[in-house]
Amino acid sequence: MNREPYLLPVTIVAVIGFAALAGWFLKVPSDKTQVGYRGIGMEVNTNRKTSAALAALNAVPEPQPPLEAAEMEGPRASEVYKNVKVLGHLSEAQFNRVMAAITEWVSPEQGCAYCHGEDGNFESDAPYAKVISRRMFEMTQYINGDWQKHVGQTGVTCYTCHRGKNVPENIWFDNPERNAGRMVGNANGQNKAGVKLAAFSSLPVDPLSKFAGGKEHPIRVQDQVAITKDFDKTIQDAEWTYSLMMHMSQSLGVNCTACHNTSTFGNWQQSTPQRVSAWHGIRMVGDLNAKFLDPLKDAYPAARLGPTGDAPKANCATCHQGVQKPLYGANMLKDYLASLTPPAK
Amino acid sequence: MADYQNIFTRVQVRGPGEPGIALPSHDMPRIGGVGFSNLLGRIGNAQIGPIHLGGIGLVSLILGVLGFNIIGLNMLASVHYDPIQFVRQLFWLSLDPPDPKYGLSWPPLGEGGWYMIAGQLITISILLWWVKMYRRAIQLGMGTHVPWAFASAIWLFLVLGFFRPLLMGSWSEAVPFGIFPHLDWTAAFSIRYGNLFYNPFHALSIAFLYGSAVLFAMHGATILAVSRFGGDREIEQITDRGTASERAALFWRWTMGFNATMESIHRWAWWFAVLCTLTGGIGILLTGTVVDNWYLWAVKHDFAPSYPAMFPADAIADPSAAAGGVK
Repeated sequence: MNREPYLLPVTIVAVIGFAALAGWFLKVPSDKTQVGYRGIGMEVNTNRKTSAALAALNAVPEPQPPLEAAEMEGPRASEVYKNVKVLGHLSEAQFNRVMAAITEWVSPEQGCAYCHGEDGNFESDAPYAKVISRRMFEMTQYINGDWQKHVGQTGVTCYTCHRGKNVPENIWFDNPERNAGRMVGNANGQNKAGVKLAAFSSLPVDPLSKFAGGKEHPIRVQDQVAITKDFDKTIQDAEWTYSLMMHMSQSLGVNCTACHNTSTFGNWQQSTPQRVSAWHGIRMVGDLNAKFLDPLKDAYPAARLGPTGDAPKANCATCHQGVQKPLYGANMLKDYLASLTPPAK
Repeated sequence: MADYQNIFTRVQVRGPGEPGIALPSHDMPRIGGVGFSNLLGRIGNAQIGPIHLGGIGLVSLILGVLGFNIIGLNMLASVHYDPIQFVRQLFWLSLDPPDPKYGLSWPPLGEGGWYMIAGQLITISILLWWVKMYRRAIQLGMGTHVPWAFASAIWLFLVLGFFRPLLMGSWSEAVPFGIFPHLDWTAAFSIRYGNLFYNPFHALSIAFLYGSAVLFAMHGATILAVSRFGGDREIEQITDRGTASERAALFWRWTMGFNATMESIHRWAWWFAVLCTLTGGIGILLTGTVVDNWYLWAVKHDFAPSYPAMFPADAIADPSAAAGGVK
């Protein structure tokens, strides 16, 4: 005795209709590239909706006009200008060319004055930005010379991180919440809403402090034998690694399967070559933070420092900015080899 | 006008409340009067009360509320007592188990001590509620099927929070009290131990979980469909098989080739539900104590395939081997 014969069909149609509508509006039009063995879902997905915006963000600026061979000869910058410590080996024209480039890359609005002050005293080390950028030139040369395992021949320039901004968009600081040693309400360095570094999950909020702060911390949490007695990684270790991986995934705009066969994350044989590159990348970032970025904390004004007084540091997003290869793999370095690769000893 | 035709009806009857059978003199009396709720009557019995809590129930309730409040207040403290942030971040907030460095020793309150206290209160509360459930079943002259099914769920709860941490030698192995954090724990646990999907007891547990849902749908649908023939009196039809039972049986024989009986379908359902948490608990208990990488365990026992590499060996060689060891 069904008193509402329409109720069931109406409900069914409504539910299916709602699901179809929601699916239509939430649908992510994606392109999939197979990167692993067939049938195991090893794909790299790209979102067609966001790829146009990403392409605009990663457009490459025109290089400075090339120099004549004669312009690379003559007296060195260190002889022409005073107080040139890192780029002294360049010719005057080469030196001015890279200065023009960095102005366009880092301080297009303030111009030379951002590092050299308003008084025209170009040799002065008084503006803090000059001290920082000198060290950044050294860092760029160091990356292009010593970290080719990660950056390859494509290398990096100032623009890879700065993109026309004084301070790169994606930097990180130590999170003061981490060590809150309170008697109640210890969030344990995690369990916080809206943390981009943790991909908005409740995972540890500060994975880079552990893995890319210069201190080497083991990332691997998975045993590579079925049964063992001598591997002591905890579930908390796995959560930290998970958070780091989410950061990488988000920074590069890729899913787990860009590097891993997710049925066995730790297995190298079933991984892609990108995982090898990423392995070097994690170490590169840690090395740069320890050698170059964190030690600069005394050179910055207080406003540039983090809540615990630490210097701004780099992570995967600093260069990658949402794409798997920064600037879609465009080689900007080739136009600035003399200035941005280590000088011949 | 709705009319009353069989036991399965949405018509709500209003009369004097049913107070229940008299309790033995040593029992705490039922409390509260009898009320009726039209809304609840649409999904169940409209009569609410009187409530029997009893001494054990009362202690269980107090301990449970205490544990629940310790969790909630720690969450509130973790957002600096800001009620708006408490609501906004509620799903992210958690009371986490102790740090691994404390092993099985007692941690400071702020580093897992509160977790231990809340966990113990809630554990005792649940165990007492089981006792209450068992005693109520006995007192009503029922079988003890319900408490034993509940015990199966408690088994999984105890494995997660007590037995396994004990065997692993660290309370830090227990599950955080939080909505997303316990899901993170689940994902991290699976990754740490080489993918729980290859744990055969996990597989069994999933089969029983989904199976329970299927059985529930099949049984519910069958009885609703034959209630017009008296199928709603399913318990009577166990002993006195009527046309409802015959039609239901015939339907499943024609569509599935086999049918359960009015009696056996309830055993099917009970065992599927009970085995879900029973096998799940076994799977969790073996993880990290016996097996450390379930995928490799499955490959070793021809339970999972090992896929060929798609890239030249030197392109995907472990770079840490060149750098001198696992990093």
